[in-house]
Amino acid sequence: MAQLKVDGQLVEVPDHYTLMQAAEAAGAEIPRFCYHERLSVAGNCRMCLVEVKGGPPKPQASCAMSVKDLRPGPNGEPPEMFTNTPMVKKAREGVMEFLLINHPLDCPICDQGGECDLQDQAMAYGVSGSRFHENKRAVEDKYMGPLIKTAMNRCIHCTRCVRFTTEVAGISELGLLGRGEDAEITPYLERALTSELQGNVIDLCPVGALTSKPYAFNARPWELTKTESIDVMDAVGSAIRVDSRGREVMRVLPRVNEAINEEWISDKTRFIWDGLKSQRLDRPYVRKSGKLQPASWDEAFAAVAARIKKAGNKVGAIAGDLAAVEEMYALKGLLASLGSGMTDVRPAMSGIDPSMPRSAYLFNPTIAGIEQADAILIIGANPRKEAALINARIRKTWRATNLPIAVIGEQADLTYNYEHLGNGFDTLANLAAGNGAFAETLKNAQRPLIIVGEGAVSHASLGKQAGRDTIALAAKLATGANVAEGWNGFALLHNAASRVGGIDIGFVPHDGGVCSADQIGLAGKGELDVLFLLGADEYDTSAMGKAFVVYIGSHGDKGAHRADVILPGATYTEKSGTYVNTEGRVQVTARSVFPPGDAKEDWAIIRALSGVIGKPLPYNSLAQLRAALYAEFPHLARIDQIVPGSAADVAKLGKAAIKTKSAPYVSMVTDFYLSNPIARASATMAECAQMAAGLRQAAE
Amino acid sequence: MRAGQVINTLLLKEFVSAFFLAMRYFFGAKPTINYPFEKGAVSPRFRGEHALRRYPNGEERCIACKLCEAICPAQAITIEAGPRQNDGTRRTVRYDIDMVKCIYCGFCQEACPVDAIVEGPNFEFATETREELYFSKEKLLSNGDRWEREIAANLSADAPYR
Repeated sequence: MAQLKVDGQLVEVPDHYTLMQAAEAAGAEIPRFCYHERLSVAGNCRMCLVEVKGGPPKPQASCAMSVKDLRPGPNGEPPEMFTNTPMVKKAREGVMEFLLINHPLDCPICDQGGECDLQDQAMAYGVSGSRFHENKRAVEDKYMGPLIKTAMNRCIHCTRCVRFTTEVAGISELGLLGRGEDAEITPYLERALTSELQGNVIDLCPVGALTSKPYAFNARPWELTKTESIDVMDAVGSAIRVDSRGREVMRVLPRVNEAINEEWISDKTRFIWDGLKSQRLDRPYVRKSGKLQPASWDEAFAAVAARIKKAGNKVGAIAGDLAAVEEMYALKGLLASLGSGMTDVRPAMSGIDPSMPRSAYLFNPTIAGIEQADAILIIGANPRKEAALINARIRKTWRATNLPIAVIGEQADLTYNYEHLGNGFDTLANLAAGNGAFAETLKNAQRPLIIVGEGAVSHASLGKQAGRDTIALAAKLATGANVAEGWNGFALLHNAASRVGGIDIGFVPHDGGVCSADQIGLAGKGELDVLFLLGADEYDTSAMGKAFVVYIGSHGDKGAHRADVILPGATYTEKSGTYVNTEGRVQVTARSVFPPGDAKEDWAIIRALSGVIGKPLPYNSLAQLRAALYAEFPHLARIDQIVPGSAADVAKLGKAAIKTKSAPYVSMVTDFYLSNPIARASATMAECAQMAAGLRQAAE
Repeated sequence: MRAGQVINTLLLKEFVSAFFLAMRYFFGAKPTINYPFEKGAVSPRFRGEHALRRYPNGEERCIACKLCEAICPAQAITIEAGPRQNDGTRRTVRYDIDMVKCIYCGFCQEACPVDAIVEGPNFEFATETREELYFSKEKLLSNGDRWEREIAANLSADAPYR
């Protein structure tokens, strides 16, 4: 620990602290532009200058100077730093004047206006006038793809964007070229950035040089209603803030959650919002003589009820990727009242068996726990596409500790170095048998992390047994002899926000029910009369035969096209829904806007339908539903917490007999930007997908 | 004291002085004006009907910064903004002023960084229906076109005091 005085106040801070951190510990505010706590220190904006006693007699950049760099006085007095002396004030005013020399006075047309660090700090620490009467410099705007709009005149060269893309996102596509007045941030080749995290540079930019292109000129920060919510684009469950105006979602921003997303979010999370406004189902539809016709709620319910009464218990239900726990619970209750246990939330042919313990389908080591791992094996997953923030965490760990990483499955650019062991199940079996150098690494590792993707567990081409065997082998690898006490390295990486919550509440085949693939098969054979699709669009709708398909969802996608009755539901920004992320963390979204037209919250639709059928579910409000849900599944009441799975269960899984010989692994996410119905309705995402596929390139 | 009052009363002094006062006004200049045909002087700072101005080259001044909307104490202004189709510059898609809500405080023209929204000299915009007082962007721009000469003269007359 080091002692120093900040503005006369004695504080004791760890040795590795910088002066800025020490000042923060003492409660003194220091303005900054280039310093960011999650990026490396650049020290080039000079806004954080402070005066020190026990160091050089000139103003010092507090972000770059360590507390250990200061000497104590001759009699052992602690060194001192000052943040409010005339020297500091003059230094800040000087730096601010220099920064504003070349910064255009275009705040009124700048999208950053109202939430701009430079604006705020110029008011707080600047002077009112400028002594610069020459022309300002002009910099050409750069093209950075369909997501980021640039206005490079405004750039103050803090290089946060460069450091973010190279350090966190792992792409070296931005750089600072030139010196002095010629310095420019540039993507070198005028190409779109290729990272799934590029949107974060918009938040990082302290001025309006990098702004959101889809959001350009749409709204001002002071007119937006801010709602803190949870993202459902992937199974990570990032913390987000939904900004809305009136009935429209205007943008999505990240919130800080150290346990999950730190303060980044993926581009799909950030730019999905235009998909919330297009292709929406805003009224019920009933198929009459082969065509979907608009109908009233009563007509739609009557049509469904008539078929259900004839169907008896030949009713199935499949929940899609974005379904919340509440509506799955209600739908499960509805089917139970009809005597059917045919519910499924898993992808077709999933190896996750309903009989498996909870730890078999959780990301047990937790996302924050990735940083403690000392060896990582990724099986049948492309974390960069399936969970971009988990990939960022792995990269962060890799940068910090250079731990060994190996991949079984498709080869892809994951932004860190890894050893590619093979493509399929036989490689995994070979590894589990102890063959190869990486088997040795895993055996010696105290905190091995085995990430199993859905591509290795739930892919249609694999079959269920191969998925089960993959889980068993991964569990065996995760529970070696040297594994540290309390470490559970078995990590199943889900792709969809609904998955863990659905399996938790038993929205899987039970009481004689069959899985999603078999339900569709039965429907095709005419042995299943009514099939509920709860926002399920990722299944083979052409094989559903003559079954009466009821689609409850928000977007006119694949499922709605096949449906015989469409009941319009709400998206995650329009309802309060519980989601359990891949770690098993229970989180709740908040409603920021109302659903469009006649659309209703999904659980309420199911509740109303149960009344029409004559078997009303025992709750009339969301609070009552949640009370029933929490009574049955107490762990869901523990919001923002994880009820961990047991490590002993994982060890037991590893002892299962292996029957599979070989099976290839493929990643489940074929197109990162188009993986769910909301994304497929979004024009921004479509543009990104075309870019990523190389169909379009910068024409601007 | 008593005697003085008696003399004033007998000589009708107040009556006579009132008569002369009346005569002075009777033959003096007339302060009333024949309103629709004659109008009183209006200060350059007069805050009348709103107008959106254009630059001399015809480009609209408003850049959709929304500062007038933010400062409006009556929340009479509604703006929607977006990039303009042809050149991508920041423009209003919609600029509405509810003249029924407006309290004519002049904050909008104070806030405007480009002198786009101004309160012009016109005070004769009474309407027969309430709907006509919901001013749209077209209405405001046409106001600007109609009153530009007066508005520009008023702004330059007031400029030395700002």
